[in-house]
Amino acid sequence: MALPQTEMRPMGKPILRKEDPRLIRGKGRYVDDILLPNMLHLCILRSPYAHARIRRIDTSKAEAAPGVKLVLTGEDLAKMNLAWMPTLAGDVQMVLATDKVLFQYQEVAAVVAETRAQAEDAIQLIEVDYEPLPVVVDPFKALEPEAPILREDKEKKSNHIWHWEAGDREETEAIFREAPIVVKQDVRFQRVHPSPLEPCGCVADYNTATGKLVFYVTSQAPHVHRTAIALTTGFPEHMIQVISPDVGGGFGNKVPVYPGYVVAIVASLKLGVPVKWIETRTENIASTHFARDYYMTAEIAATEDGKMLALRVKTIADHGAFDATANPTKYPAGLYSIVTGSYDFKAAFVEVDGIHTNKPPGGVAYRCSFRVTEASYLIERVVDIVARRLNMDPVELRLRNFIRKEQFPYRSPTGWVYDSGDYEKTLKLALERIGYEELRKEQAEKRARGELMGIGISTFTEIVGAGPSHSFDILGIKMFDSAEIRVHPMGKVIARLGVRHQGQGHETTFAQIIAEELGLSIDDVVVEEGDTDTAPYGLGTYASRSTPTAGAAAALCARRIRDKARKIAAHLLEVNEDDVVWDGAAFSVKGLPGRSVTMKDVAFAAYTNVPDGIEPGLEATYYYNPPNLTFPYGAYIAVVDIDKGTGAVKVRRFLAVDDCGNVINPMIVEGQVHGGLTEGFAIAFMQDIPYDADGNCLAPNWMDYLVPTSLDTPRWETDRTVTPSPHHPIGAKGVGESPNVGSPAAFVNAVLDALAPFGVEHIDMPIYPWKVWKILREHGITE
Amino acid sequence: MKIRVKVNGKPYEADVEPRTLLAYFLRETLKLTGTHIGCDTTTCGACTVLLDGKAVKSCTILAVQADGREVMTVEGLEKDGQLHPLQAAFWEEHALHCGYCTPGMLMASYALLQENPMPTEEEIRFGLSGNVCRCTGYMNIVKAVQSAARKLSVESREAVGEVATSGTAAD
Ligand code: FES
Ligand code: FES
Repeated sequence: MALPQTEMRPMGKPILRKEDPRLIRGKGRYVDDILLPNMLHLCILRSPYAHARIRRIDTSKAEAAPGVKLVLTGEDLAKMNLAWMPTLAGDVQMVLATDKVLFQYQEVAAVVAETRAQAEDAIQLIEVDYEPLPVVVDPFKALEPEAPILREDKEKKSNHIWHWEAGDREETEAIFREAPIVVKQDVRFQRVHPSPLEPCGCVADYNTATGKLVFYVTSQAPHVHRTAIALTTGFPEHMIQVISPDVGGGFGNKVPVYPGYVVAIVASLKLGVPVKWIETRTENIASTHFARDYYMTAEIAATEDGKMLALRVKTIADHGAFDATANPTKYPAGLYSIVTGSYDFKAAFVEVDGIHTNKPPGGVAYRCSFRVTEASYLIERVVDIVARRLNMDPVELRLRNFIRKEQFPYRSPTGWVYDSGDYEKTLKLALERIGYEELRKEQAEKRARGELMGIGISTFTEIVGAGPSHSFDILGIKMFDSAEIRVHPMGKVIARLGVRHQGQGHETTFAQIIAEELGLSIDDVVVEEGDTDTAPYGLGTYASRSTPTAGAAAALCARRIRDKARKIAAHLLEVNEDDVVWDGAAFSVKGLPGRSVTMKDVAFAAYTNVPDGIEPGLEATYYYNPPNLTFPYGAYIAVVDIDKGTGAVKVRRFLAVDDCGNVINPMIVEGQVHGGLTEGFAIAFMQDIPYDADGNCLAPNWMDYLVPTSLDTPRWETDRTVTPSPHHPIGAKGVGESPNVGSPAAFVNAVLDALAPFGVEHIDMPIYPWKVWKILREHGITE
Repeated sequence: MKIRVKVNGKPYEADVEPRTLLAYFLRETLKLTGTHIGCDTTTCGACTVLLDGKAVKSCTILAVQADGREVMTVEGLEKDGQLHPLQAAFWEEHALHCGYCTPGMLMASYALLQENPMPTEEEIRFGLSGNVCRCTGYMNIVKAVQSAARKLSVESREAVGEVATSGTAAD
């Protein structure tokens, strides 16, 4: 059964998803569903220590275990020059440890066996003699002179990795010197993990007869993975086919190359049969790349009447054992300098220092456009504290400091050029929809009765859609993206893009763009992604970049096809090309509306009746290099009630008003907002990956690293304003990450608003009930 | 060990290691890969199937425990090329993004509606709280279950109506 969807002009409509029919039948094809003949299974032995020298590894018992075909250690890989591999951040990372381990759960050895169970049994038989070394878990302690140097392989004998800064130090300091009011706050963004429901995994399939390596991997960036594999292994790139089949969620977790991938490839090359590696949830959380882990200090200089003048930010970034942050290469702290947010500061200065500790490497952009979540949370949190100090309503302070509509395009003090926005309009809509005035009245009444109710605002600005490629690249590869469209003789279309969706609905939204541009029905267009042999080169799906880059490529590629179609239409209509007009559905002759040909007529003619001097066929490729990023934004409001007896916070209402420019499919946009808010909620109230003093991971599974269920999750309310991006071909901006970027501050601001009577200005996330309970007890509140 | 088990109405006989989990038996031996695996702590419910009509997490049941019993997986929902109303509702209400949780969600919802054909929103949220979705935020999943419940109740009323009509005719 298929619901009929013959929608013409599908743009902006809530078209049901084309990917769903297979997924609701259990016929998706995720990487673990790939079952190949003679396939073997790989399991990895991991370090129990966070920092230890490896004295000896004895694999003899494992080699003799039932079903075992191959055992690999770092020494074996070193012979192939593969014991280390490059990270996306320009550092290197161990594939299998040779002389020492630097974090708990680090990859030490691997076993390939006939079944997964046999491989798991055999890794228990590997004997490793470790000599424990002093452990550094605190990045501040890592900088102390007596701290052990963790990375002995590096030339720089320090745990300090890099220093990065943006903005104007002198101008900012001058303003601070004169400022009537300075507000300073330390804010922690804890270590979290994207933890998509499907863990990471791969099947490496080297064919000894053809010499081709087919690499199935749950990947957000298959082309980048192909190039990275070619660079790391020296295997010729044209003989590598990376296939990213259905991906069970990514959220940034599936951008990097992980050691298990390299080991699986080596094993398949050695054994000449397919080798599968699927990690467990524990391996996913405890070894694949984490997100955030920023220690931030912000200072805002302001006048007494609430004009914010300058912003100064200092940050310590814990990158773990290897700097494997997934950022554009020139931006080690990503787009963190968007930290001035929605406000018109005169000056700003931002510094970040990256530090090594004995923890897993990272950090990835977890549903985030490269450190934008940290930045948005910081500014939205500290603006609230400024309002508190000035005794002003947080809405009033925001309205007084917003970048005004007429200032766009707006150059921020850290150098970004915001494309478009109307912050006041969006916030006012949110206030009206939630009934802000009445809520404040209710709160006053409740306060008088001793009840704890809070209202939290977040009016964030995001920055998404990297390139432009003059400043954005990953290891030198420019951050463009691409589309290729083929129109077949019957007017049916196959389109392939360089990005790779993981639930965002590209098979539907990109079909909508192409159908709209070509005057076809949504059912006439099939969108394919994820196979590097068929799709044009692209940088992948993360950082909300798919619609800003590949979406633009799809529209412009379709327009390229329309340009050629116009020539063929002129031939069919027997007029000059200049006399042909396109009305969105057909070509007709200027001034003669009766005579027209559709795209289907043209497609048929492109293969059967091509005029002289025109190449047959109807297809095109477009590589889109965006002229700028897009700047989606939103106004979010949370309403919470706090239980005085337990400290539990109940989110009573949450309204998200987003502005992501023109909307392709409102149903999908709303779905993305629901999902992102849920992850923001989890980060605000539930998620943290702490380590003890010995570097033991204290939340390596979903019993300790909490994921919200349907019972925990609040009901979401959504609305939108539309301020198109002026430079994007269809006026769209990215949206998938806005709710995760913007919501944590709204939740936390609401809690602190509820606790305002006690003078508490800040609590670090996650806001567990015990933290609130403790504060209440300290203030003598006992029930 | 030899086991006999009926899966989606079809009888199977197989030799399994005693430690084989039902989830792996379904996925690897029977090649029914619709049942997914998402965790190692019985937290996520991606592996939910019905065992003799009850929702179970197949990652926490041994294949040998299914001996002589009946299993239903997501692949068994569609009948004669017709999507089950729950499947159609998940599609219509946009109750899935990546789709990895969907088979487990469908099976848990199926069991819920068997027990409680007209659940309230609270009852649905409680009934599905053993199933994690990392993508959707659950609102549309709740809506889908509500919409399927309405559709199923109309269908069952119609079916009852038909029986009554033919009964009258036979009299
Ligand atoms: S796989 Fe997570 S509960 Fe079974
Ligand atoms: S749709 Fe991705 S986990 Fe539910």
